[in-house]
Amino acid sequence: MSTVPVLARRRPAARRVTATTALYAVLIVLALIIVLPLLWTLLTSFKTDADAVRNPYSFPSPVSLDAYQTLASGQQPILLWLWNSFAAASVQTVLILVTASMGAYALARLDFAGKKIIFGVIISTLLVPPVVFLIPNYLIVQNLGWLDTILAITVPGAAGAFGIFFLRQFFVGLPVEIEEAARIDGAGDFRIFLQVVLPLARPALATLAVLSFLNNWNDFLWPVYVLLSPENMTLQPGLAMLQGAYRTHFGIVMAGAVIASVPVLVLFAIAQRQIVDSVAGAAVKG
Amino acid sequence: MATDTVVSTVPVPGPTRPRGRGGVPARAPRRRTLTAYLFLAPFLVLFLTFVVTPAVFGLWISLTDWSPFRDIQHFIGLQNYIDLFTPGSTTSGDFWRSMAATGIFTLASVPFLVVVPLLIAVLLNNRIRAATAFRTIFFAPYVLGVAVVGLIWGYILDTQSGILNHVLSLVGLPGEIPWLVDVPWVWVSLVGVTVWWTMGLNTVIFLAGLKGINADLYEAAALDGAGAVRSFFSVTLPGLRPVMLFITTTTVLASANMFGQSYLLTAGGPGNATRTAIMYIADQGLSQNNMAPASAMSYLLFAFLAIISIVNFRVQRERAESVTT
Repeated sequence: MSTVPVLARRRPAARRVTATTALYAVLIVLALIIVLPLLWTLLTSFKTDADAVRNPYSFPSPVSLDAYQTLASGQQPILLWLWNSFAAASVQTVLILVTASMGAYALARLDFAGKKIIFGVIISTLLVPPVVFLIPNYLIVQNLGWLDTILAITVPGAAGAFGIFFLRQFFVGLPVEIEEAARIDGAGDFRIFLQVVLPLARPALATLAVLSFLNNWNDFLWPVYVLLSPENMTLQPGLAMLQGAYRTHFGIVMAGAVIASVPVLVLFAIAQRQIVDSVAGAAVKG
Repeated sequence: MATDTVVSTVPVPGPTRPRGRGGVPARAPRRRTLTAYLFLAPFLVLFLTFVVTPAVFGLWISLTDWSPFRDIQHFIGLQNYIDLFTPGSTTSGDFWRSMAATGIFTLASVPFLVVVPLLIAVLLNNRIRAATAFRTIFFAPYVLGVAVVGLIWGYILDTQSGILNHVLSLVGLPGEIPWLVDVPWVWVSLVGVTVWWTMGLNTVIFLAGLKGINADLYEAAALDGAGAVRSFFSVTLPGLRPVMLFITTTTVLASANMFGQSYLLTAGGPGNATRTAIMYIADQGLSQNNMAPASAMSYLLFAFLAIISIVNFRVQRERAESVTT
């Protein structure tokens, strides 16, 4: 019912087989265009410099960990960047989960003065391009003394409207009867939120956590400008530096790309369904 | 009855009557303003500090002669905006060149970023094996950061040592294409890399839209003798109209905000040809300390994008109305 057979309609069997073959051929070619550059990156990261230049397409021979060893011991502290990226993405994710879930609960369930205005203002900022906030937020972060610290790349980014918008949608869809039953049992607002609503919202919170983590991990423009010293960098601006430092060393740069990609690709593999469904669902429902 | 009246006029300190926190009596049983603001407070503190304040502050900066090296800033009205519209002023030429670069990239990339995912989604919507595996593969590059994408493609597209030119010369095609250093190839590269990186996003959105189209419509079209192409135009496209509006709007905005690809792959070159508006604004505002003109530019870009979004919305809605009536 949900799958619509465009090609497999009542046709002679031979034509249908041809169409199906063509369909798979196109999909496989497209998939190769996606996969081959990634595979090439992975293979190159295990090559010596000489091997990478001489045999760009072959499997690494010998399989070499030189690139990774150079990165781990080199002047570019990539392991520190990896840690900084983890720390920043985790801190911002927690910040978003706490502030957005509390705020979204109020907007979804509580009746209060000014609710419409606040919700309207929050939603309208979803439409403002981020560049508008770039310069003033830089000055604000500078005045707070946060430049070149983890605070600069975690706190301002947690103020976005997406999380509160996403969770409010979910809370509105929850049956209100469970909360009312808890209220009759004498539970206060905060206990209902903590012990009834949050456990029910676990899937939505998990999805928001994954999206927030990915978003922070991959953020580029803002960290390029607010992080200054090499030891405070995250992977994204760090990789840009790496490219300049090892311009002719294929293996090392590709190893950097692998180190930065593996965590998010693993996260994607685990939470693939939530990520895809949430980005697709937001568009179709909204 | 008299007794009833007496009882009902006695103020009952009922235990069920809710009272607001802090001794404020709740007016209506479900109006809990204080509680609500306690819940909202953590988010609102962030939101006011890093969204509302900078939005107003940025507008103020754009109306001054802001300099980070001075303590007092002077209000100069719309002068920064006027300068941007004055040919020959220090920033106007470079700014409009960067706006043109953004415009070229948007015009060149959006058709591919809409049509390629649409076709892939239609293919994936057939009854095929491993549809989920294909969907996962197509979406995977989107979870990578632009820095990773820039590193990988920087090496693939390098003129001398890049693998793409190497492959092209192996199959007998010209193998010295300046993918990252000369026009028009830089645009081909930037659009191609962006399609490779982000097409999975629009693909899964289109797929979700396709699942929402009633299968009976395809049956009816088939009974009328419509082939795959006819039913694509008479059933699929009309059924995707709301999704199409969402995708064109978000894709135009994403392309107009392009920064990382140019920054990493072409460094804005050759000769600033691919320096986008975002790149120029960030450079002027944060590297050159030219904050006031840069703020004016960011608001101007915002105005442009708002107008484009509204026009896009109007056009697509009118088309929808002209079809249904």
